[in-house]
Amino acid sequence: MGDAADQFFVNLLHRAVGTLPAGLRPILSSLISVVAILSVFAFLFAVTTVLERKGLGRIQNRYGPNRVGPLGFLQPIADGIKSLTKEDIVPHSADRVVHFLAPLVLVFAAFSLYAVLPIGRNMVLADLNAGVLFFFAVSSVMELTIFMAGWSSRNKYSLLGAMRAIAQMISYEVPLILSSVTVVMAAGSLSTVDIVERQAGYTGFFPHWFVFTPWGFAGFLLFLIAATAESNRSPFDLPEGESEIVAGYYTEYSGFKFALFFLGEYLGLFAISGLGITLFLGGWAAPFSFLTWVPSYLWFFAKLILLIALFIWVRGTLPRLRMDQLMNFAWKFMLPMALLNLVTTAVWHFLAQGVVRWVVCILMIVVAYVLLGRSLMHGSRLEKRVYRFAE
Amino acid sequence: MLFSIFAILTVAGAVAAMSFRNLVHSVLALTFAFAGLAAIYLLLGAQFVGLAQILVYVGAVAILIVFAVLLTRDDGTAPRSILSSSWKESAVVVLLVFGVLAWTISRSLVFGQGGGSLPRDVSMQEIGNALMQRFALPLEIVGALLTVAMIGAVTIAVNEKEERR
Repeated sequence: MGDAADQFFVNLLHRAVGTLPAGLRPILSSLISVVAILSVFAFLFAVTTVLERKGLGRIQNRYGPNRVGPLGFLQPIADGIKSLTKEDIVPHSADRVVHFLAPLVLVFAAFSLYAVLPIGRNMVLADLNAGVLFFFAVSSVMELTIFMAGWSSRNKYSLLGAMRAIAQMISYEVPLILSSVTVVMAAGSLSTVDIVERQAGYTGFFPHWFVFTPWGFAGFLLFLIAATAESNRSPFDLPEGESEIVAGYYTEYSGFKFALFFLGEYLGLFAISGLGITLFLGGWAAPFSFLTWVPSYLWFFAKLILLIALFIWVRGTLPRLRMDQLMNFAWKFMLPMALLNLVTTAVWHFLAQGVVRWVVCILMIVVAYVLLGRSLMHGSRLEKRVYRFAE
Repeated sequence: MLFSIFAILTVAGAVAAMSFRNLVHSVLALTFAFAGLAAIYLLLGAQFVGLAQILVYVGAVAILIVFAVLLTRDDGTAPRSILSSSWKESAVVVLLVFGVLAWTISRSLVFGQGGGSLPRDVSMQEIGNALMQRFALPLEIVGALLTVAMIGAVTIAVNEKEERR
């Protein structure tokens, strides 16, 4: 029963493709998988927009959207109709071709990221030998589209927002890639399928995920912070902050192109969460060995929804970082931590199994964290916070 | 046939990069040519090189060129002709280079001549092994070179800041 439910979609695909002539089978199989990925993640995007607005609303002590549909859950349909029927305004002096191409290339790159994520057992679109490298290569294309959007609007504020966004994204790409390199080192392969398989065992009923090791935990936290910065989400959303620079690099976009930018940004967020799940949280593996009867894709989506909830929670809670605070954090704290994490992974790999390597690695990471944190405080003392309220 | 499509796209991107008057348009066309090259690498089965081409060229070099163009902008709207003033000499050099390349390729494995054998599909593990064992010294030298470049860039930037005070 477990296996049939687990491989339900794979078998469905095989049966659907098997009814067709043999020559067309590979193309049609890829085509059907691509359509499935597009529809599932676009639907997830729609659900996330409404969940985010309601979640943020609740954190800010208000209801979110609650008019359209039961509890407001048909809001994405209303949003979709609105963005489709809005007038498409392009500034007179804007560069029309680049202005048109920027959201297209963004969405194209964002959708291509899902090709290497294993969504379930045997459910990866392209089992590339260098899957993780493909992911980072395509996500670096997304940075160029942000520049295209900002520059083509011929708007000083858009250009400024685009420059800031690119600076932020290339700064945070380094700790992101370094923390993924620790996983690649531990798993011995750049292929996402191999990495998931390396985390597949259980000791007792506790899983072998990389996040349950000291270097994996530190790496996962670094990865999450860098992922928040890569997706330009709060608290790193200075390039597109609504109260700072109107909408930054997509100020001059209206209607459907704006919706495409929104879509591309959220898809990038899901993809990078998916990569985090693949690298650190064991991919489609169940958390406890007595829960392996639940189908693998359900576990992947459960973890993905948990990570999305975490991102929404962080967005509603933390204030926005200033540009120099952001860059300092990336280069002075996260990069040294990521490098030390790399060394800790190597130490973990070469020490024998037992209590010693846990103690050594935890000490390495904690001491580095405390020392780096203290050095960034520039000597100001840590005191009890005093609140002054308006009377 | 796929090769012809990607080759035509790459060459079109490169020609467009030369012929656009707007500098940022040229940069974007050049980026398109880079992407076409990456596609050709991937067609040849070189996964690592193709993906590294996208990561490095499209993701880093293109952004570098863009920053350089935007930070050192001239008026930009002065009408310049596409052909530079020394186009006759450049044409001679280009034809010479093309001749040398065509002659070399015509005597290579692509046309069934020359020594050596076609490389088999190389996996990531083999590239990693080669980098760490046989080519460890070049790897270290490249690392030292990159570090020197970074330190040099920081030194220049720091000096500029101090001079302005």
